[in-house]
Amino acid sequence: MSLYSFAYGLALWICEVIAWVFNTIGATGIGGWLVTPGVVEFLQIIIVALIVFIVGFLVSITFIWEERKVLGRLMDRRGTQVGFLGLFQNFADGLKAFIKEIIIPKDVDKWVYDAAPVILIGISCFMIGLIPWGPDFYLANLTNGVLLVFAAFSIAPFAILIGGWASNNKYTVMGGMRAAGQLISYEVPLLLSVASVVVLSGSLNFLVIVQQQQDSVWYIFPLIIGFIVFIVALIAEIERIPFDLPEAEAELVEGWMTEYGGMRFGLVMLAEYVRAYVACSIAVLLFLGGWSGPSFIWPEVWFLLKVFLLFAFFIWVRGALLRVTTKQILGIGWKRLMPLALVNLGIAIALRMTGVF
Amino acid sequence: MGKLAQREGLGPGGKTGEVIAQTLVEKFPQDVKITKATQNRVFATVNKPAWLNVAAFMKDALDFDHVTAVSGVDWLEEKKMWVVYHITSYANRVTAELIVELPRDQLEIDSISNLWGGANWHERETYDMYGIVFLGHPRMERILTPDGTDYFPYRKDFVGGRRV
Amino acid sequence: MAEMWLNMGPQHPFTHGLWNLRVKLDGETIVDADPIVGYLHRGWEKLAENRMYPQIIPMADRLCYGASMSWEHLYCNTIENMMELEVPDRAKYIRTIVLEAQRIGSHLMWLAALGTDLGSYTIFLYSVRERELFLDLMQNLCGARMTYNYCRIGGVRNDVPANFERDFDRVLTHFLNRMNDLESLMDRSSVFRLRMEDTGVISGEQARNLGVTGPNLRGSGVEYDVRKDDPYEVYGDLDFRTCFEKEGDSFARYRVRMDEMRESCNIIRQAIKRMPKGPYRLKPPRNAPKGKTGWAHVEDPRGEGFMYVIGNGDDHPYRLKVRSPIFVTVSAAPVMLIGYKIADVPAIMGSVDMCLGETDR
Repeated sequence: MSLYSFAYGLALWICEVIAWVFNTIGATGIGGWLVTPGVVEFLQIIIVALIVFIVGFLVSITFIWEERKVLGRLMDRRGTQVGFLGLFQNFADGLKAFIKEIIIPKDVDKWVYDAAPVILIGISCFMIGLIPWGPDFYLANLTNGVLLVFAAFSIAPFAILIGGWASNNKYTVMGGMRAAGQLISYEVPLLLSVASVVVLSGSLNFLVIVQQQQDSVWYIFPLIIGFIVFIVALIAEIERIPFDLPEAEAELVEGWMTEYGGMRFGLVMLAEYVRAYVACSIAVLLFLGGWSGPSFIWPEVWFLLKVFLLFAFFIWVRGALLRVTTKQILGIGWKRLMPLALVNLGIAIALRMTGVF
Repeated sequence: MGKLAQREGLGPGGKTGEVIAQTLVEKFPQDVKITKATQNRVFATVNKPAWLNVAAFMKDALDFDHVTAVSGVDWLEEKKMWVVYHITSYANRVTAELIVELPRDQLEIDSISNLWGGANWHERETYDMYGIVFLGHPRMERILTPDGTDYFPYRKDFVGGRRV
Repeated sequence: MAEMWLNMGPQHPFTHGLWNLRVKLDGETIVDADPIVGYLHRGWEKLAENRMYPQIIPMADRLCYGASMSWEHLYCNTIENMMELEVPDRAKYIRTIVLEAQRIGSHLMWLAALGTDLGSYTIFLYSVRERELFLDLMQNLCGARMTYNYCRIGGVRNDVPANFERDFDRVLTHFLNRMNDLESLMDRSSVFRLRMEDTGVISGEQARNLGVTGPNLRGSGVEYDVRKDDPYEVYGDLDFRTCFEKEGDSFARYRVRMDEMRESCNIIRQAIKRMPKGPYRLKPPRNAPKGKTGWAHVEDPRGEGFMYVIGNGDDHPYRLKVRSPIFVTVSAAPVMLIGYKIADVPAIMGSVDMCLGETDR
């Protein structure tokens, strides 16, 4: 049973209940209209969107919990202990972000200052909807899903730049510019690696890519260089240590987010973790076979397991390494990753043309 | 302590404190009076007008390359102030203590910041706390007290709270 | 972007203490720097003129709270030089052991601060974990973890506790094993080397002239260590080497301090083996003659510490001057900063090991 059919059934049931209420009070016109397929489909889509959004959101929040626990153990300490196993910490943080006072500096550009976190969190939540978890559990099955996800991914530098600029603070301007420079320069190796996967599978549709990997081999094996380039570029894109210079506490306080307080800051932090979740999901879908695995566990659970494991690797990288400076970040992006991505693309084209894939 | 072997990056060394004291007295007979000289210590007093020449000589000919401290001492009843310099020679392993006396109504002395950069902030602090002006200092400003302080805190006529 | 002056501080997460570093930026390159200190000035030297000699010992602790024992010992040594007291041998050995343990603790604190500056909280937590062992040793000895109030004029406050040698031996063995882990986390990390090598270069000539001392000087190739070249306590009888490196960059200063930690373990082991029995304290005279002067200089973990005292005829000092090594090193900071990028500032200033308590006094 797919998500859409389950949602159809639920929507139909809801519509019938409401129609029965209307029918008993005598408004049979509305009652009749409510059970037409158009209305039920509309409600079905809303239900699917809600389910996908809530699950994706909860997984992103669980990423925060995973980070704190795993990072803690790497540093020879336990992570957060609030509540059962520390799971209550996220709600405590959310509550704290809500009740904090929002202080807006005097000379900010009001429209832009308000718009920046909204753009960031909006685009991140938009991306949640484009990630399928299983062959039947998805919101949208777009023919060019990969393209759309990366287009949405790349709007973040724009939001960061205008957010940093609008805050009327020398530090945030510098942070915004650094972030934009870093994110834009790492888009290129990222997209080149994705292009190599698309070449091998012949489609931009996530479901088709995973199907191809189930038929042949996970793309990490022929495209191991591409996988490494992709992972490094992803760590730079979601601004984690070693690439978190834009939000380096030690130098720029919080970088471009310095002047955002209360729930705005909470939303921006959440957007970072949602982007991390989307990034890990894409990596799993494109290279690690998506939801393929032995069938004694649901494919959705396999998918989430792989995503969590990949994120644990990202946390390990964070625990062991230090921050890299701007000059070195750009050097790594352009001088090291680009050639490797091109080599990888060449390998993919060669594999495709010789008919291996 | 070991033999005075030559170490990388430093001068030849080999002069003990007594030799240095003797050299100073020979070069500046009226201006330098040696109080005590041992193998690794020299204690002397220097006259104010000759101070810059003595310091330059110590730097160029005697291998003194590090200013350890510049302190001011306020002798209120005797109406004078001392500026006490401690200068070290790495190569010779000798530290010299040189005292220059200043009358309390004319607190000026030549600065040695152009010879040894290490004396720069020490002299600024001595000015800040005692009011002794170092002539020729590149930046004779207060350093530790806030801007706009108009007294000199470490002088004996500035009485802070007495506890005992 | 035009040139602009940027204030890094006084409220800033990375500055270890309260000071202001004004840098003039041309884009991201530093063209000029102006450190401003004095936010923590407490008038220490003037306060000392109002107190009796033993009452100043807890004050000396608070000069640099990261390396308290070193400053206490320097003060007691100065007064002993002025009064011409000869401290008993057992006290000298105890002081040496405690000073070296303090040196290790201070260097671990420096490493922790460097880790947070560079963005690696793992280094911070590992260093602080090792430092806890040394703080426990200090607590067994004198009851305090940070400001010890242990040295006295004429010796130390109390004799060593039971199991002193056994505890030290265990801690040192464990620490040397952990040092290997800690070093591999940093020496073999290409990211760490990338950030620390070739930044903050200061040549030996400049360092000597500008008054830089301690590991900062030895990182630039000058082989001068007060413990070896002008020995005090029992350093003249012990066998250890001066650690120095030639390049003069931040990585060299880091290497000097890591080597010094290992040498300190070596020194402690030798001193424990040779410690004689006997009295650990003698009673100093209460008053010092008027006009009598005395001074002492030691190898503080941060450089050359120095104190100069003039007696007053009664039990207060007439003048007590403190020379702190970081005061002078901070004045040399512009030389280390000009020409580098602003993102290098935490690495450079972190490798200098600043402690504001002793700078401002």
